[in-house]
Amino acid sequence: MRRKNWYLIVGAVLTASMLAFTAVGFFWTPYEPSAMSAADKYAKPCAAHLFGCDQLGRDILSRTLEGAGATLAIALAVLAVGALAGLAVGALCGYHGGAADALVMRLCDAVAAFPSVLLALVVLAVTGPGKYNVIAALGVLFVPSFARLVRGEFLKYRDRDFVRSAKLIGVSDLRIIFVHILPNIWPVLLSGLTIGFNNAVLAEASMSYLGIGVSATEPSLGYLLKDAQGYLFTAPWYTAFPAAAIVLLILGVSLLGEGVRERMGVGT
Amino acid sequence: MAEPIVRIQGLKSWYGKGRERKQVLRGVTLDLAPGEVLGVVGESGSGKSTLAKCVLGMVTDIEGTLHVDSQRPQMVFQDPYGSLNPAKTVGWILEEPLRAIGVRDRAQRRRRAAELLSMVGLEEEHLGRRPAQLSGGQRQRVAIAAALMQGSKLIVLDEPVSALDVTLQAQILRLLAQLKEQLGLSYLFISHDLTVVYQLCDRVAVMTGGEIVEQGDVDEIYDRPKHPYTKKLLEASLALD
Repeated sequence: MRRKNWYLIVGAVLTASMLAFTAVGFFWTPYEPSAMSAADKYAKPCAAHLFGCDQLGRDILSRTLEGAGATLAIALAVLAVGALAGLAVGALCGYHGGAADALVMRLCDAVAAFPSVLLALVVLAVTGPGKYNVIAALGVLFVPSFARLVRGEFLKYRDRDFVRSAKLIGVSDLRIIFVHILPNIWPVLLSGLTIGFNNAVLAEASMSYLGIGVSATEPSLGYLLKDAQGYLFTAPWYTAFPAAAIVLLILGVSLLGEGVRERMGVGT
Repeated sequence: MAEPIVRIQGLKSWYGKGRERKQVLRGVTLDLAPGEVLGVVGESGSGKSTLAKCVLGMVTDIEGTLHVDSQRPQMVFQDPYGSLNPAKTVGWILEEPLRAIGVRDRAQRRRRAAELLSMVGLEEEHLGRRPAQLSGGQRQRVAIAAALMQGSKLIVLDEPVSALDVTLQAQILRLLAQLKEQLGLSYLFISHDLTVVYQLCDRVAVMTGGEIVEQGDVDEIYDRPKHPYTKKLLEASLALD
């Protein structure tokens, strides 16, 4: 009998709960997230306000729900930009090789040599904060790691006999890349995606925390943490709940990725 | 004699570029008649695989006459574990050659795949399997079927049974002989194993150092080898048996 894959089970449950939590926030929040109430300033978690209230009497559950949505949307968008571009670059470089490959990979090395959050800081200092600038800046910075991952896999497969035989029957290079080789690297790509997703959540949170991410009108979880840090002792729940949301989201996706990798038998 | 399906005269080939450019074939001359099985034997590095690649059009840095009178000659590779895409089903693998030549009708592709699968001795139920669910012998049968899907008359067999055990070798060789008769195929059979070559081939060419040192009918070469290299190869294979 197959051993129970606890990573997969716990990861799937955690991820599903966090996604459900976020999905609820899209449609419904107990209070208007930005509605202030002088009477509820620093309210402790109670029946009316499950997560308590902040320094302006705003309901923290509502703000966490809204923030989780913003964080998830940004992380997914960053992942989409980085993974799609990285996939295209890595596949073409790995499959064709040659001088263009060497040049592109050195370029990726150059980008990857800087800490990504630092580089994003520079970009946002120039373009100014905002959701779309964060997505663009982080997305571009995520390209090299995906490109390298995908390239390595394509290098492994391009000289396999099944690729040669595809060439012999007259299959086009693009079809070989996307239809013949790509399905073989899914397991590796999938675990790369979960790691990338977590990095994207953390990068967005760090940047918003540093005050160069999203603006106050569309607070993400990172923004909430920054807002909360001044009241760490008067209202610790303000820090605790958004932070817990980040931790649980990342933990869930990490376990899920690990579980999927174990299930598909990919070495670490 | 009918017009040969492969005519090679004074073929030279190189690989690498610039200062690294090395000559592999040093003037190879041979003919392959329709319906014939020509064995090319030699040790690794003799140039026999390069010769096969030239016939398939996979080597471009060549000089001399190379005339192949067949649409898209196909190849059966040595290792049936590497020549079938692990992410696809047998049905998909067999249909892909038809997709590549623009057969749009899915039912037609399926029918043809099932037909060839039964010709190589497998069942229709194997269409849904993945290569990992097949044995080595079954995989090699699928690889042979895939090579025949486009209706090519010329098949290059690159050590097609070297990775299999002796019982399976005999089965696959029998299958290849049978398919040849049935479909009127010609084989260029690359091998280092003289026993296997003897079982399937009509004629044999012995290669070493990028040249053919001796070629002729199988019986003649095996009974009365002239070139010392051929004698050495034969003695080595007899010693093993």
